[in-house]
Amino acid sequence: MTGTPPSGAPDVLALHRRMLLIRRFEEACAELYAAERIRGFLHLYVGEEAVAVGALDVLDPGDSVVATYREHAHAIARGLEPGAIMAEMIGRAEGCSGGRGGSMHLFDRARGFLGGNAIVGAGLPNAVGVALAQSMREERALTACFFGDGAVAEGAFHESLNLAALWSLPVLFVCENNGYAMGTAIDRALAQTDLAMLASRYGMPAQKVDGMDVRAVRAASAAAVDGIRADGGPAFLECVTYRFRAHSMYDPERYRDRAEVDRWRARDPVLLHERRLREEGLLDDAGAGALAAEAEQAVAAAIAFADAGTLEPVADLYRHVYEER
Amino acid sequence: MSANEDQPSYREAMREALREALREDERVFLMGEDIGRYGGSYAVTLGLLDEFGERRIRDTPLSELTFVGAGIGAAMAGMRPIVEIMTINFSLLALDQIVNTAAVARHMSGGQVGVPVVIRMASGGGRQVAAQHSHSLEAWYAHVPGLSVMAPATVGDARWMLAAALEDPDPVVIVEHSGLYNLRAPLGEPPAPDRAWRAAVLRPGDDLTIVAYGGAVQTALAGAERLAEEGIGAEVLDLRVLRPLDVDAIVEAAARTRRVLVVDEGWRTVGLSAEIAAVVSDRAFYDLDAPVARVCGAEVPMPYAGHLERAAIPQPEDVAAAGHHLVAADG
Repeated sequence: MTGTPPSGAPDVLALHRRMLLIRRFEEACAELYAAERIRGFLHLYVGEEAVAVGALDVLDPGDSVVATYREHAHAIARGLEPGAIMAEMIGRAEGCSGGRGGSMHLFDRARGFLGGNAIVGAGLPNAVGVALAQSMREERALTACFFGDGAVAEGAFHESLNLAALWSLPVLFVCENNGYAMGTAIDRALAQTDLAMLASRYGMPAQKVDGMDVRAVRAASAAAVDGIRADGGPAFLECVTYRFRAHSMYDPERYRDRAEVDRWRARDPVLLHERRLREEGLLDDAGAGALAAEAEQAVAAAIAFADAGTLEPVADLYRHVYEER
Repeated sequence: MSANEDQPSYREAMREALREALREDERVFLMGEDIGRYGGSYAVTLGLLDEFGERRIRDTPLSELTFVGAGIGAAMAGMRPIVEIMTINFSLLALDQIVNTAAVARHMSGGQVGVPVVIRMASGGGRQVAAQHSHSLEAWYAHVPGLSVMAPATVGDARWMLAAALEDPDPVVIVEHSGLYNLRAPLGEPPAPDRAWRAAVLRPGDDLTIVAYGGAVQTALAGAERLAEEGIGAEVLDLRVLRPLDVDAIVEAAARTRRVLVVDEGWRTVGLSAEIAAVVSDRAFYDLDAPVARVCGAEVPMPYAGHLERAAIPQPEDVAAAGHHLVAADG
């Protein structure tokens, strides 16, 4: 899948800003979890920032996004207000899901952000359906669907790739291959670990991408999106990445050793991109400091917004089960 | 049951309802296994492919999880999909999507993302198709907040209920009893809007109320006929909707006739009949002249052999015997 020009030249500083914001946001979430402000399950995206930022940079406002339970980054990259996301984290009515969803279920209908889904693989059929609606209405829109390597073991993965290809539906399948389905290494779960090859067998263009390189992800996504908009049919990206932190805040990480984590940390997507920006003369110490401060301020503002939020009255418990009429 | 071949069948009534929905709303489309070229496993959708084309009458692969999930996704995106699953047994392959996504998306999005999908499935036994095509699992769906469940038991409801389901902004499961498709009766008039989701008295009677739904309604009516022959007046209340349950109608009936017999083809334990008995106990206990009685499906997987299958499904004589006992047990 080469030769298709990207939809436009990337704003490489904007990509960097977004990754920094996500990194700082996730670190703040870990701090708030330790302080028992955020409860429940919390899955952080630290190490995988280049995937969400690179892929979502090429979407149009009219497109839709279906994400996983590790989806703070996708929400931020899709333009949801960090304050509304943080308010959701701490269960406030001002949260992007009104406090009913929490970390794993961020939604924003206006931005086509159709949720974090915490059933592994369950988002894929939904993305196929959203794309079916887009296709039947002959819209130019597409649906980006994020999932991990763990989802590849689910029947829904295979059924969804088959149906999207069979019906030529505009889905961008983005597999975040971080090497582990929770604690099970990919080669202990899948007989075929070349996921791009696997997807290509369903009859769609599929590419393996360095998921630690935001520009590579962005370029591959742009080419895939151009192809989808031209042909209507789906495309598949396998973004090879790594989760630096534990699966969730309950994970003692018995299944991997420190040396492996350190090897991947040497390819930190944020630091890689910063180094490249410096080499290109687009960033210096002062600039880097300013960007870091900007991210810090944005996250502080998000926390302040969340802290100022309100608790939904218990009398409203039964709201949102059915539409209010 | 009427043998009048001039009257429309339950199957034809449902087909006409689908046809009307497809004609009136461009957002409506049908999706399911063999609904197009084959004409539907119960021939409900026969002819619709020719009339509406492949864009709106979509044959799917045997991927229940994904075509139901795709219906949910399309509904989230503003369409009004009607998804057909061959039998309720097969719907278990899609249970994750129905329970974990369709039923909860509105709630976990804080009210933003509704799922106006209609999922049709055939339920029930009586056709000797054994333990993987005959069960009555509708109570599973009726258990779940966020879902609504309809069980059309009459030709009229086969014709008129779908419109109410499609108007609903949230997911609706329609359970059609596979033994009813050849039932013939006049279509009647569409129910008044405020009755669309309510139970209905199909037969008046003063001595007891038989509460039933789906395929068991015909059994209840036949049982009531036998009771009439021995001078017992049995009212038959067709629930029509399993969630939200029309609790008021059940309680009013209990207060009216003072004896309640529940007929449910589903299994007794932790089933709809238990919920109905509990409703009566909660709200009409002091109106009762006798404990609530139940005639339910035998707690076995559905056997193939015809005589055993018949023994496993409530029959009119079982209903009559239970009704007789209930009235005779009067204190």
